[in-house]
Amino acid sequence: MPSEHAEPVWLTDDHALSAAELAEMSGMSEAELRELVDYGAVTPIDSEATPWMFTGRCLLAVRTACRLRISFDLEPHGVALIVSLLERIHGLESQLGSLRAQLPRHPG
Amino acid sequence: MKYKDYYGVLGVDRDATTEAIKKAYRKLAHKYHPDVSKDPDGEEKFKAVAEAYETLKDPEKRSAYDQLGRHAPGENFRPPPDWNQQHGDSQFSFDDADLADLFAGMSSGRHPGGGHIRMPGQDYDVSTRISLQDACNGSEVELSLSMPEPDAQGRLHRVPRTFKVRIPKGATDGQRLRLAGRGGKGLNGGRDGDLYLNITLHPHPLFRVNGHDLYLDLPLTPWEAVLGASIEVPTLSGIVRLKVPPNTQSGQQMRLSGRGLAKAQGNAGDLFAIAQILIPAAASDVERGLFEQLAKASTFNPRERLQQEIKNAL
Repeated sequence: MPSEHAEPVWLTDDHALSAAELAEMSGMSEAELRELVDYGAVTPIDSEATPWMFTGRCLLAVRTACRLRISFDLEPHGVALIVSLLERIHGLESQLGSLRAQLPRHPG
Repeated sequence: MKYKDYYGVLGVDRDATTEAIKKAYRKLAHKYHPDVSKDPDGEEKFKAVAEAYETLKDPEKRSAYDQLGRHAPGENFRPPPDWNQQHGDSQFSFDDADLADLFAGMSSGRHPGGGHIRMPGQDYDVSTRISLQDACNGSEVELSLSMPEPDAQGRLHRVPRTFKVRIPKGATDGQRLRLAGRGGKGLNGGRDGDLYLNITLHPHPLFRVNGHDLYLDLPLTPWEAVLGASIEVPTLSGIVRLKVPPNTQSGQQMRLSGRGLAKAQGNAGDLFAIAQILIPAAASDVERGLFEQLAKASTFNPRERLQQEIKNAL
């Protein structure tokens, strides 16, 4: 079976995406994306700038939103609430990981 | 084609109402959905539950599924002779297809207007685990997936696909890579799906990871901590000498700049050596004698603040 070579892109804060790209990649419509921004679930890099640009990491949150909306048949406000809470959980997990890394293991 | 017991997956009777099916699905989705579940096998379990619900929630698909008859899960079967004309696509190939593709094909062909709607290909999420060395140097991983793909006649087949993915240097735990267009094929001119690669790092026996920074426990004797020392310290790129300053306290972090994980931009995180002052498990008579001398000579009181607090509280 031949294998295909694929060039990947990091989804980090350094990688910027337009609202149209974000919508296409996530499967959300731009209108739904605007609702997620209105409810504070995702934040553009600069909310005053037009058009909005988002970090690559936002794609992960918006894909999650899209999956949740489809899987649980949720309306946009419910999706935004869950995504905000999940982001908080991820933030806390990351803080916990950071603190754990700094805790010494058992001596000896 | 292998049979799947959709009712069994959802844990409902074959005569369950649509409402009961929905309730069972929601309960299981809540338990296994990869975005909310901590079950390591949650994603696979959720896929099975979602596939079952996708078919059973739709009366037309459910009726078509029921007419496939009852078989043991995993049993190879063929639908009754007239089933294909009634429900499916007469071109559908049953040999190398998945039951899910059969029902997905039913919804993609059914829409007002008679033509074929554009269906984007499915995105795939795959996890891979690499070592700290590979994260620093970059590495290549091979991913094998089975994806439904239409042939020239539009018939869906399960096709094994293998990707060699070059993971550029700069990875750290939990980072994601996107491979555009490497997911499932789009139907009727829809765009191809994407492949998302979730990277995790193998635990290292010495280093703990925080972003691109690394943490290492550095055991010190009490006299090294007091007098200072020059100590050999392991890093990902070999042994270096670290100057431990005099009067180093337990838990104090000593930074080795740029000795952490490499970042994509070219610089690197830091390595932090955490001082851990250890005493001998069983002091020898000589050590004991010296500590006794120290105890008599020293005026150091480590509980000065604690004693002050106790005094204030009383």
